[in-house]
Amino acid sequence: MIRLRVERRALPSPWASAAAPVLALAAALLAGAVMLAIAGLNPLTAYVDLVSDPFGSVFGWTETIVKTIPLILTGLAVLLPARMRLWNIGAEGQLQCGAIAATWVAVWTPLGHSPVAIPALLLAGMAAGALWCLIPAILRAYLSVNETITTLLMNYIALLLVDYLIYGPWQDPAGRGFPLSAPFPPAAKLPLLIPGTRVHLGLVLALAAVAATAFVLNRTRWGLEIRIIGDNPRAARYAGISLVRNIVLVMGVAGALAGLAGASEVSAIAGRLERGISPGYGYTAILVAWLARLSPLAIVLVALLLGALFVGGDGLQISLGLPIAVVYMLQGLIFFFVLASETLATYRLTARGRSPGRSW
Amino acid sequence: MSVFTIAVLAAAVRAGTPVLFATLGEIFAERAGILNLGVEGMMLVGALAGFVTTVRTGNPWLGVLAAGAAGGALSLIHALLCVTLRANQVASGLALTIFGTGLSASLGRGYIGVPAAGFHPTPLPGLARLPVLGPVLFHQDPLVYLSYLLVPAAWFVLYRTRWGLEIRAVGEQPEAADAMGVDVARVRYACVATGGVLAGIGGTFLSIAYTSMWIENMTAGRGWIAVALVIFATWDPLRAVVGAYLFGGVNALQLNLQAAGTRLPIYLLLMTPYVFTIIVLVFATRETARKRLGAPAALSVPYSRTG
Repeated sequence: MIRLRVERRALPSPWASAAAPVLALAAALLAGAVMLAIAGLNPLTAYVDLVSDPFGSVFGWTETIVKTIPLILTGLAVLLPARMRLWNIGAEGQLQCGAIAATWVAVWTPLGHSPVAIPALLLAGMAAGALWCLIPAILRAYLSVNETITTLLMNYIALLLVDYLIYGPWQDPAGRGFPLSAPFPPAAKLPLLIPGTRVHLGLVLALAAVAATAFVLNRTRWGLEIRIIGDNPRAARYAGISLVRNIVLVMGVAGALAGLAGASEVSAIAGRLERGISPGYGYTAILVAWLARLSPLAIVLVALLLGALFVGGDGLQISLGLPIAVVYMLQGLIFFFVLASETLATYRLTARGRSPGRSW
Repeated sequence: MSVFTIAVLAAAVRAGTPVLFATLGEIFAERAGILNLGVEGMMLVGALAGFVTTVRTGNPWLGVLAAGAAGGALSLIHALLCVTLRANQVASGLALTIFGTGLSASLGRGYIGVPAAGFHPTPLPGLARLPVLGPVLFHQDPLVYLSYLLVPAAWFVLYRTRWGLEIRAVGEQPEAADAMGVDVARVRYACVATGGVLAGIGGTFLSIAYTSMWIENMTAGRGWIAVALVIFATWDPLRAVVGAYLFGGVNALQLNLQAAGTRLPIYLLLMTPYVFTIIVLVFATRETARKRLGAPAALSVPYSRTG
């Protein structure tokens, strides 16, 4: 019986470190092709669409950028807590809460028609996302309740809150019974950056958030505290760094970033509160943060790649009638192979026959 | 006891059963030191595999086999990544959930709206005529009865057999277990696979027993609720029953309120199981901290002899 054995390399192989992500992506696409073939589809045509839709035209590129915006913001919402070993897998729900609050400002307050509609709805979205994330944060900080599970469960509650509003009190009377809120007034629509496309001001906000996150993490005392907690929680305690305060602050900021994503999506793209403001950006955000190896600057590139996957997925929906779920299948495969490749870059895998000693 | 109360209790058992299967499975994985957050994904793939097999063969028991096999196969990806390749267990579990959600929704599209001949309630002779307990526990379908057998079996294996001793040793002190000659990797693979099989069966309970249809994302977070209930259960199969039926009770109550035409909005009622789970998790965390009933010491720590 052949058993696989993992041995640590003396030095991380530079060749393997560089090649690992590329090989992982190739392997994931290969595995995805097998799955598509099993589902009775021609993987080659599917993959041609998957690449040509996002990158084959100016329109494709701009659509890719449109999807990149929420992925950057939610990716940062996962990254920041992860830097201190907290898992925020609730970015999806925080995004939805941001969209709810932005809709409230735009549709239900006089601010929606005022010149300050945009800043008001963005701030409201950030506040709502932060508050939503603070519930699991406070439970974690003061009562040690596992934040992975609570942030995730809060997603379901947030999505039901959206349903409640758009099927109930916020349903547009002029909407012929469809589950939609009333449309945003023109003053509350996020301005476009490039006329004729859907690329909106959110891009500037997302890139500013990346720069701010990188600055805070690498150049400020607070960032230093976060990194010390992440590297060695015990050392942080001896250094007098407050874990409770940092959990609450970092999770609050993370929620605000995801809330900003929701506010900008609902204002710039949907123009009203409805189901499907996000196809699941908050879940893809986990992969974004992981692939970026928790580096804020790398998030831009990774978000662009995974944004392209969403555009390609939309294309597949139209050309081959494939559901958007195919995108998540591919994302899962990419995640698997990247996780495997990371080990293989630092460890060596050896296969051997039955040996006298036990091995694993 | 009123007819209404008995109906709610019976519904609580039914609604709790899929979570009970998944919770028992995750207890095995975590007892061996492997956290698997892929329960939601494994349940979904199990739900689809069981449904498709039942539709194709007309035999729901084959559906259960297929669901267990599908959940088990998916869990082996997690085992390979976390046991052999020592990947981060949270990341790998999330990857599994993302993958399973996407895979089941992609492959299951042709099965939306297709009818299946799933399980039906079959009263157990004799037991079904017991007062209260009869209608609550013994007017259920065969998968519910399977779960009744599974709970004491899981408890017995964990606490009264050599296997159970090895599993707990691997989860608490893998170095010591290794020194005693226990194959740490093999135990962990077996326990993760057990978790996958049970999650798959729990998933298909939803598609061929609780309902007889396939809907995208039909588990609706039950996999995550199972992960939370493992903490509530303090990694004990007997306490898992309490947690699962409490969840089932909340679910049954809100469904009954819906059916009774309450003026409470349906979407707010639908939130109650999630809110309930968070509250339960808070109390469970406080209790485990007070009684020092912690998680297995080596939970989510990769093990290797060389380090």
